[in-house]
Amino acid sequence: MKIAIVDYGAGNLPSVERALHKLGAETERAVVPEQLDSAKAIVLPGVGHFAAFVDGLRERNLTSSLRAAFDAGKPMLGICLGLQAMFASSDEAPGDPGLGFFPEKVCALPTNVKSPHIGWNQLRLVRPSKLLRGIAEDAYFYFAHSYAAPASAEFTVAACDHGFPFAAVIERQNLAAVQFHPEKSGETGAQALRNFVESVR
Amino acid sequence: MSLAHRIIPCLDVDGGRVVKGIEFAGLRDMGDPAELAARYNREGADELVMLDISASVQGRGTFLETVRRVAEQLNIPLTAGGGIRTMEDGRAVLRAGADKVTVNTAAVKRPELLSELAQQFGAQAIVLSIDVKRKGNSWEPYTRGGRDATGMDAAEWAAKSVSLGAGEILLTSIDRDGTCSGFDCELTAKISETVSVPVIASGGANTFEDFFAVFTDGKADAALAASIFHMETHSIAALKKFLAERGVPVRLSR
Repeated sequence: MKIAIVDYGAGNLPSVERALHKLGAETERAVVPEQLDSAKAIVLPGVGHFAAFVDGLRERNLTSSLRAAFDAGKPMLGICLGLQAMFASSDEAPGDPGLGFFPEKVCALPTNVKSPHIGWNQLRLVRPSKLLRGIAEDAYFYFAHSYAAPASAEFTVAACDHGFPFAAVIERQNLAAVQFHPEKSGETGAQALRNFVESVR
Repeated sequence: MSLAHRIIPCLDVDGGRVVKGIEFAGLRDMGDPAELAARYNREGADELVMLDISASVQGRGTFLETVRRVAEQLNIPLTAGGGIRTMEDGRAVLRAGADKVTVNTAAVKRPELLSELAQQFGAQAIVLSIDVKRKGNSWEPYTRGGRDATGMDAAEWAAKSVSLGAGEILLTSIDRDGTCSGFDCELTAKISETVSVPVIASGGANTFEDFFAVFTDGKADAALAASIFHMETHSIAALKKFLAERGVPVRLSR
């Protein structure tokens, strides 16, 4: 079983890779569309700027393969900016369309709270989650972001509050996406990754 | 449900070893960085900071190798820096496995470096480190490991750095560093109220009460310490338990 980790030219790829290897998963860095087409599952990690991210995907012709994988119901995990990129657009780069798996717009965190939202925060479960199976309800996850998708997004399974309620975990069939960094969230994060890896097997 | 206050052990690294000084001088060996990192990761640290205090061009390769060795041990965030002068220095540290990079002297000399780094890696990955000495009712930033006065005001510099792209401020009181006389809560509160990004308080940590004070009076989002953790004066778990019992939100390990 091979999990393709989308390599768009920047980001937190090595730590995601290391975390998956520790769970016994086999991974490859996907730089061309064919690797996504043949992968059993796809991880879309990301940090940095929304525009750099979606442009990086487009430059490598990865956008349509990701879309096809989504339509085919291939297991997929988006992390941080990887979650945001699955939405239609973002306040961070108004002219740059996202992957558009979900119709909502990613918004900037409001100015009445510290931004970036950096640190460990808890989740509020909205409906049962496959990704969070076996994780205590009051567990903490590590976040580092200045933008977020609204918790009202249709497929939100867990929300977090920082200025406004935002989508912390999204699940739709075989797709999951998280605003936090599971690869940096200690044993709790490892459990979430384990749940994803096991869903692929 | 709320954002936890973070406890961050700091590794000052020189020639591949963890060292610790008092008021930025008088270094002592504190052990192997990877071993200490593994211990802190296990004991419930929320994050780890490692600083190349030699910050010499020759030592660069050794430091990056140490970042790699430390990153291998962690499933919590890692911030690394010391002597970061260019975009390429920043990239090298992040590629070696750090999640965030700290900048100090080079940003004072050329503030645009903060914007360039933030544009490339995102504000969440850029930590401005400010080392200050108290001057009456204000604080003056110093560069080059506390050697050079800048003539600037710490609050003004912090605000400017955030407008340029710093996503976090690591604020060290040189006066308190290694003295175990408590954090400078006035300083931390001043900067925390000035900027819209998280502030990490550093310098002077000794007792549990010091941490409680810096999270309440000092309005710090995170607190960093070195000696007291290296020398096992306190365990992170005991510190967090103390804070939790007093209503400070912290992430308790289970």
